[in-house]
Amino acid sequence: MKRLLKGGRVVDPANGIDGVRDILIDGERIARVGLNLPFDAATVVEIADGLVICPGFIDMHVHLREPGQEHKETVATGTASAVAGGFTAVACMPNTNPVNDDANVTTYMHPTKTAILLRRALEYAAMFGMPVIEHCEDPSLKGDGVVHEGYWAASLGLRGMPGACEALGVERGVLLAELTGSAFHVAHMSARASLRAVRRAKEAGIRVTCEVAPHHFTLTDEALAAPIAYDTNTKMNPPLREAADRDAMLDGIADGSVDAIATDHAPHHYDEKKVEYDRAPFGIVGLETAVPLSLDRLVHAGRIRLSRMVELLSVNPARILNVPGGSLSEGAPADITIIAPDVKVKIDAGKLRSRSKNTPFDGWELRGGVAATIVGGRPLYVNADTRLAL
Amino acid sequence: MPDTKSAVVMDADRIARTLTRIAHEIVERNKGVEDLALVGVRTRGVFIARRLARILKEITGDEVPTGALDITLYRDDLMRHAVGPQPVIRRTEIPFSIDNKKILLVDDVLYTGRTTRAALDALIDFGRPKGIQLIVLVDRGHRELPIKADYVGKNLPTNPEESVQVRLQETDGNDEVVLQQEATV
Amino acid sequence: MSPTTVHVDQQPAATALRSKDLLGIADLTPDEINLILDTADVMKEVGSRPIKKVPALRGKTVVNLFFEPSTRTRTSFEIAEKRLSADTLNIAIATSSVVKGETLADTALNLEAMQPDMIVLRHSSSGACHLLSRICRSAIINAGDGMHEHPTQALLDAFTIRERKKQLKGLKVAIIGDLLHSRVLRSNILLLTKMGADVWVCGPPTMMPTDVRRFGVSATSNVEQAVRDADVIMMLRIQLERMEGAYFPSLREYFNVFGMTEARMTLAKPDVMIMHPGPMNRGVEIASEVADGPYSVILDQVANGVAVRMAVLYLLAGGAEHEEAA
Repeated sequence: MKRLLKGGRVVDPANGIDGVRDILIDGERIARVGLNLPFDAATVVEIADGLVICPGFIDMHVHLREPGQEHKETVATGTASAVAGGFTAVACMPNTNPVNDDANVTTYMHPTKTAILLRRALEYAAMFGMPVIEHCEDPSLKGDGVVHEGYWAASLGLRGMPGACEALGVERGVLLAELTGSAFHVAHMSARASLRAVRRAKEAGIRVTCEVAPHHFTLTDEALAAPIAYDTNTKMNPPLREAADRDAMLDGIADGSVDAIATDHAPHHYDEKKVEYDRAPFGIVGLETAVPLSLDRLVHAGRIRLSRMVELLSVNPARILNVPGGSLSEGAPADITIIAPDVKVKIDAGKLRSRSKNTPFDGWELRGGVAATIVGGRPLYVNADTRLAL
Repeated sequence: MPDTKSAVVMDADRIARTLTRIAHEIVERNKGVEDLALVGVRTRGVFIARRLARILKEITGDEVPTGALDITLYRDDLMRHAVGPQPVIRRTEIPFSIDNKKILLVDDVLYTGRTTRAALDALIDFGRPKGIQLIVLVDRGHRELPIKADYVGKNLPTNPEESVQVRLQETDGNDEVVLQQEATV
Repeated sequence: MSPTTVHVDQQPAATALRSKDLLGIADLTPDEINLILDTADVMKEVGSRPIKKVPALRGKTVVNLFFEPSTRTRTSFEIAEKRLSADTLNIAIATSSVVKGETLADTALNLEAMQPDMIVLRHSSSGACHLLSRICRSAIINAGDGMHEHPTQALLDAFTIRERKKQLKGLKVAIIGDLLHSRVLRSNILLLTKMGADVWVCGPPTMMPTDVRRFGVSATSNVEQAVRDADVIMMLRIQLERMEGAYFPSLREYFNVFGMTEARMTLAKPDVMIMHPGPMNRGVEIASEVADGPYSVILDQVANGVAVRMAVLYLLAGGAEHEEAA
């Protein structure tokens, strides 16, 4: 089957394209990209005026919970959530039970205990051309902290973990990446001291990359107190940081120091979140809010251009993970994310495709969302609020 | 502004003469003021009690101990407010023992009798008086409990829709009793 | 007439609390604080009567739900409830991270099904009262939540200070001790700064909360500076297990650097009040001579606790119905 996406704005930074193009999909692959492409009677034509056509978004950091915790998320609900959020591929984190070790990415969910263990991991992963992705954190400095150590932690009487707790892990990773010559990737970076370490490492030519989650470039620790005090949907690790950290993440995204946006999608059943704050599990769902937050807070706020957003969500994740994708090249798999940049989005936790509803963004009104998600040539998600029929 | 009609039923002079008359009745009935003590129900009952104490002193030369009773914590309608806050409570001050005293309980208006019931309950928690006599400036009828005043300033037949306002120099700046017809509540 | 009739015939500016719950001092306005303290004045008089009981909360059920051991606070609440004629129910639940019991939400909903009017909650987790207030119809009174707040303690402290000093505004209050882990400190800072006191906090830097000055207080680790010309000195309990966390090297060292001694007290105003929320560690944060000395109001604090809790119970008693009707 052939499908023609006609008249949309194609943003494909890998091929240096940002302009109106037609895209012809033949079966599972992109057949042609060009202006006023001819088509035959058997081709399904979609008019994509006003929409933005991007290489499929890749979420580097997702917890799908299956096997072991299917009450939170299954592969089926997790992938439904992913395509509804505009993601054509997700990298699953292996904190499942039993460990899902099919993932072709070497990832250390929990901070590696010792420097020697991290060194070995870096050396070994290099054999496959893989980075080591680490949740950077110094366990003793974290202690039993549940939120960012700052004014709001003190105000609410919650135990804090300082930004230095993360930065210490980042600094260690940077030093060992330099030592081994391997690639080190900082997962869900949140602290300005971590960003400083990453910038210095990049300047020194050390192979370090980093990702930031939408909640860390949107919220601050003030969300712990308002609008709902002690809302456990504000509890994640790394925690929501103070304004200076959030602003640093925005700066890093704008100036290119930050390589990727990843959701750290962490579904939890409402029962588990309806407990005392310090007893609630860390994490929020993020797959279905990432694109609206990125468009609203980054693109429409004037911090970055759309092409940069596509780099953060597609080009760079593919490059860092060394997986296919990240471009709309002719012959490539037809993994395509179509954006409606001005559609009004109202986040409704109850309507999320994810099995879990733990989001702090319930009720938020944002500008810009996903119009459709095409995976391997098949439209797996179409937003009813946009004009695209597919 | 609600459409209200009001009539002054006692003026300052009338109130003064009434209190003097009640003071004489007290002396006569109790054969002096020995063992008597006045307890006013907050707010206006307290000031009426103090005035009576002053008049009794003029008549007999003797000081009658005077106290103030806040009955809020004894009200039976405390939790029944459909809307609105709890009543503000004030301090109860009875700086003498009421044991074996004849207590003259003073209130401004006697109506359903519920305030008096609460005042009696409150008073009895302070000790065991020899007796309690009730003094009111105005009795407006419509009793819901078997309570009767021993000394009445003025019997004032009223409709339940009407309201009786006792105004005193100490709290309101002037002395008068006003009957108000409330057209809209 | 008794000499403490200052506020008697003045109408307080606030006549009700806006919330159905007392979750913390953070939510109270200065007017509401004054209303509670004025009401406590009256309640204290009730406690001096031969029959120390009034029928105000007759037919109301109050549940004292305590997830942390507490003799002082629970007893104080229970006496307050009984003096107001409420029916009281004490539930003490030992919490352990090892034993997986019912969730707090389920415990609360089960209690709610039995129609209590108020729940007094003590819990080791900060924000536990906020969780309950979101899921319960009953009025929730915070009797101490984790390291967050202990509002009735701050109210009784304020009541005790006001009793002696007439007002809180302009007083220098020095609070000395474990500032990081203390819910008493947090509630006191909030209350005293709202009421215009000059609050100084003092403790080892290891026990100083982040951004403490953002709370509107002066902070120092120099105890002499904190105590100098103070009208009120409030000593906080040092939890002995903190020593293991390397917050300070030894109890002896702590006493030498921060302990309240008669010598240090002489730096304060001549009519200084010495306060302690209890239970005290004699010879750690406070010398016995000071605790038992003429400036100590520690037992007044305990006595006033009952009056203040009666005031809070009374003022919140109508709250739930208030909300339903609105």
